[in-house]
Amino acid sequence: MAKGSLSSGAIDPTALEAESLQAIGAATSTEALDEVEATLLGKRSALATAHRRLGQLDPETRRSAGRELNDLRARLEAVIAERRAGLRADERSAVLEADRLDLSEVVLEGLRTPLRRGHRHLVTSTRDALEDVFVAMGFTVAEGPEAETDWYNFEALNIPPAHPARGMYDSFYLDVGEPETVVLRTHTSPVQIRLMEAAVAAGSIPIHSVMPGRCYRRDTADASHLPVFHQVEGVVVDRGLTFADLAGTIETFTAAYFGPEVHSRLRPAYFPFTEPSAEYDITCTICLGAGCRTCSGTGWLELGGCGMVDPAVFDAAGIDPLEWSGFAFGFGIDRCAQMRHEVADLRNLLESDVRFLRQF
Amino acid sequence: MRAPLSWLADFVPIDRDVDELVVALDDLGLIVEGVERVGGGLERIVVSKVLEVGPIAGADRIRRVVVDAGGEPLEIVCGAFNFGVDDLVPLAGVGTVLPNGMEIGRRTMRGVTSNGMLCSGRELGLSDDGEGLLVLTGTEGAIPGAPLAGALGIEPDIVFDLAVEGNRPDAWCIAGVARDLAARFGLPFTLPTPQVTATGPSVGSLASAVVESPELCPRLTVRVLECVVVGPSPKWLARRLVLAGMRPINNVVDASNYVMLELGQPTHPYDLDRLGAPGLLVRRARHGEVVRTLDGVDRVLGVPGRGLGETGEDCVICDAAGEPVGVGGIFGGTSSEISASTTRVLLEAAYFDSMVIARTSKRLALRTEASARFERGTDPFGIDRATERFCQLLMASAPTTVVAAGTLDVRGDLGGPNVIALDTGRVNGLLGTALGRDEMARLLEPLGFACTPRGDDSLEVVVPSNRPDVRPGSHGVADLAEEVARVFGYSRIERRQPTWTDPGGLSAYQRARRQVRQVLVGLGSDEVWTPSLVDAADDAAVGVHGEPVRITNPMAADQASLRQTQMAGLLRALAWNRDRRQGEVRLFEVGVVFGPPDPAHTAARAGSGGAAEAALPAERELLSAVFAAKLDDATSAVGALGALRDELRLADLRLRPPADGSTPPGLHPTRSLEIRAGLDGPVVGTVGEVDPAVVTEFGAAEGRVGWLELDLGVVLDPGVVGRRSEVVRPVSRYPSSDVDLAFSVADTVPVDLLVDVLEGAGGQLLESVSLFDVYRGPGVEPGRRSVAFRLRFCAPDRTLTDTEVGALRAGCVAAAERELGATLR
Ligand SMILES: [Zn+2]
Repeated sequence: MAKGSLSSGAIDPTALEAESLQAIGAATSTEALDEVEATLLGKRSALATAHRRLGQLDPETRRSAGRELNDLRARLEAVIAERRAGLRADERSAVLEADRLDLSEVVLEGLRTPLRRGHRHLVTSTRDALEDVFVAMGFTVAEGPEAETDWYNFEALNIPPAHPARGMYDSFYLDVGEPETVVLRTHTSPVQIRLMEAAVAAGSIPIHSVMPGRCYRRDTADASHLPVFHQVEGVVVDRGLTFADLAGTIETFTAAYFGPEVHSRLRPAYFPFTEPSAEYDITCTICLGAGCRTCSGTGWLELGGCGMVDPAVFDAAGIDPLEWSGFAFGFGIDRCAQMRHEVADLRNLLESDVRFLRQF
Repeated sequence: MRAPLSWLADFVPIDRDVDELVVALDDLGLIVEGVERVGGGLERIVVSKVLEVGPIAGADRIRRVVVDAGGEPLEIVCGAFNFGVDDLVPLAGVGTVLPNGMEIGRRTMRGVTSNGMLCSGRELGLSDDGEGLLVLTGTEGAIPGAPLAGALGIEPDIVFDLAVEGNRPDAWCIAGVARDLAARFGLPFTLPTPQVTATGPSVGSLASAVVESPELCPRLTVRVLECVVVGPSPKWLARRLVLAGMRPINNVVDASNYVMLELGQPTHPYDLDRLGAPGLLVRRARHGEVVRTLDGVDRVLGVPGRGLGETGEDCVICDAAGEPVGVGGIFGGTSSEISASTTRVLLEAAYFDSMVIARTSKRLALRTEASARFERGTDPFGIDRATERFCQLLMASAPTTVVAAGTLDVRGDLGGPNVIALDTGRVNGLLGTALGRDEMARLLEPLGFACTPRGDDSLEVVVPSNRPDVRPGSHGVADLAEEVARVFGYSRIERRQPTWTDPGGLSAYQRARRQVRQVLVGLGSDEVWTPSLVDAADDAAVGVHGEPVRITNPMAADQASLRQTQMAGLLRALAWNRDRRQGEVRLFEVGVVFGPPDPAHTAARAGSGGAAEAALPAERELLSAVFAAKLDDATSAVGALGALRDELRLADLRLRPPADGSTPPGLHPTRSLEIRAGLDGPVVGTVGEVDPAVVTEFGAAEGRVGWLELDLGVVLDPGVVGRRSEVVRPVSRYPSSDVDLAFSVADTVPVDLLVDVLEGAGGQLLESVSLFDVYRGPGVEPGRRSVAFRLRFCAPDRTLTDTEVGALRAGCVAAAERELGATLR
């Protein structure tokens, strides 16, 4: 810095900088620093005054002097910011230190706590109730990972890569491994494959399990769809099982969960992993079959899908389809809750509003 | 798909009412999503001719019109302005009820009497156009007084809107739906085989057909039609297209669309004279080749996309010179489109490999009526009927048309017929039915399956070529079982409740997880479900800076990562409630968080998939809880942990600062600890308070927010965290003696170690140790604190004497002094 370039100015920049740094260093609290900052950089500071006087200089000098003042201001601002961060950290440490509490020595008997009952989430209570019905029918409850390989989520379920049926399941792929080899599961069906593989390895067929869990599909959220949702599926593998057993199981479950006045019906449908496949409807829970707006006057509500395990799925899992047969079924837990409690908009489930949560 | 009843009736003499048809279609798996009654209510609408148009004094939005509707001229008041004298327009006379339910009365407006209403297309339910009148001028058969429906070729009709499943390509056409209905009702199904007279020159003299890649396109046929006059389609044909949901374009394109809707076979007409060289050549796309499709977009072909099974194989249709004119099976090109000046039509009808079409269509994000059909699988032998039908339709709409003789037909490997040995016992075994051999044949044959008895319990079934969904061999048996069940009726299959001897139940983990929830609920906590798909910045805001698992194709930028923590979600939930003046709450979530793939979680691609393995992201199921009710702080969380420990009978959990002196992410540096399984065991969770700076950043609470997190997979594993003994400790019938001891002990000595020492020294006779006071301050040296315990001694078989209690007390004090440097105060 060329000394004297501010010849007509009232300040000596070098001295000012040294003085300023000292003042900044002397501030021991953020409050004190705020004051120092106002003094050094504020409207009435020496620096501001010098800046105002630049106008009196000839254009050439004005430019270099101006640059010099701006540089000085920038340097001081940086130092102040750094100092402020340091002081803040110190002040925070002091507050935190004063706050110190050794949790290993809390006297439990001495705690005071509000007395109020909490509430399970509607999805949890619905899932628990469904599990209880299935457990009473003799099912075990199985779970699996939410991120799955393409093999478990699709290929082993008779949905090879690029198969048009994949269009039914718009998937989220993960940046893991080779492109599009790991997906967020689009259904809980991969757990069926894992169960079958485990049972084959352990020689422990038959299988009677239900698989509740979280699933993901790339659907836009609306009142009746969520891209992240919950599903429960069931699979039974044994000797001599038929479509009649499937239809009977669905009917038993329907009456047990929804009530004896609610029945089921099956209609042909297509799922790559079952053959024959069916959609299943239940008696409209609003009008009990008389026909209303909710069921478009049909008296039935669509609940889920089901069918006899496709022999290609058995092949993938290493089960001989000539020796064993099986059936599977599945439906949405959230949708079940929506139907039973007349939840107009499924997005309420994700809002965490206690006025909603505390009703269940 | 939309299926007009009148069109279905071309193939099957349907004699059932609509309700019965809806039930039957549903039961056949052709789900009825809607039933539309169209063209009804037009019985009293007639064609009228405008004789005079004049203003009405004092009104500028209505005019006086006089029309001839076949009788005396009628005076009408009309608010439309899109017509003039001599135009033909529809008239609804007085007393008519329009399709929309509106009844026309005689009205007088500003002194003019209106004897009816002139109608727009929308008012008649014939179009969406409600702007002006439906002008009929130029319409053949439209003469004043004639019924409108007749002039327009409109019959009242019923249109079924059907959802056809992906495994039923055969049913995705009018004839296919009719075939199913005929089978269900036992009615005859007739599929005419049109025969046109080909009087033109040999097709081979006009065009060529070459297939260089028969594995992509196993069959290509080419026909040529000359002397074609392009114009509008006949009314009945255009009307059917409209009812089926397609817009009429011209008689050539319409005929092609009509055939696709009717028979399921897409065809593509080219202007033969606009092809660079007459004829077609089908080949694999070259790497990076660009084709401009009919929608005007340049498509890059032959480049593999992302993902499994992507080959980058695309099939292009070229002119005879090898210049691309379309993407095979998906989209035609612009260069050889049919135009008003077209006189020679080359008709392409082909059969493509369904997977090739599926891959190309997915990669180009280009799904057309044709590609959707090809990817499901078309009938390679249905092509001839379709092209014959096209010629027939075009000859009817453009009678000058001359069809060239013969068809250019290039065939690759189309495979032999799929013949399945159907063991009736196996079908009954799958369905739970008891259908005889002949009964099964009677169910299958109307669908086109040719059945020949082979012994008493078996049929030899020849699968028709329009059923590519039926697989060969034993898998095909399952497919045929579905066909049997469909025609038989799912509802007629009896129901049986299977039974088994294995007991059902929840796993120990699942039971314990329910207990966890119940404990939290009992403490006044409400369970929430917060998003799993998050913005990685949210994780960072609570101090979790790990590399998240990212979503390749997120729906939104703030949902592009899998959450690594539930803290951000819970804090947002607190903020949500606080913003609604219900902030003093306790919330918890039981959910999965994700981390980078862990070699321990490698999943084999077992089975026929074979070799590769893929490492899956690490998943942990966590209980995470925030305590933000009145009075809540870190001690609330410690209390909750105590309740959980008690309910789950967890033994030996220790609260310790992180070994490296750090603070667990997002937590208060001086009011948080890790939870460990035993003195040397793994970390199983965290407890304490959320860092006040983080609380402020999320706007989560006014005051302190207690925090508890447990990694359930670890905590609930008895191999990691031991369980308290299940063996009951008998309750002594003898009185107990209490001894209160206050020690001064260094801050560095955790209280639980002192408890360990006291319990060790007290032995079997020490019934309980409970901490009742902790004190720091005057009277206690800095760096130490006073901790006070109540020790309760009791023997199962006697009352302890003062001497015995004194000795036990001394032993405990000595052990504490000796082992932990504690001093009795
Ligand atoms: Zn209803």
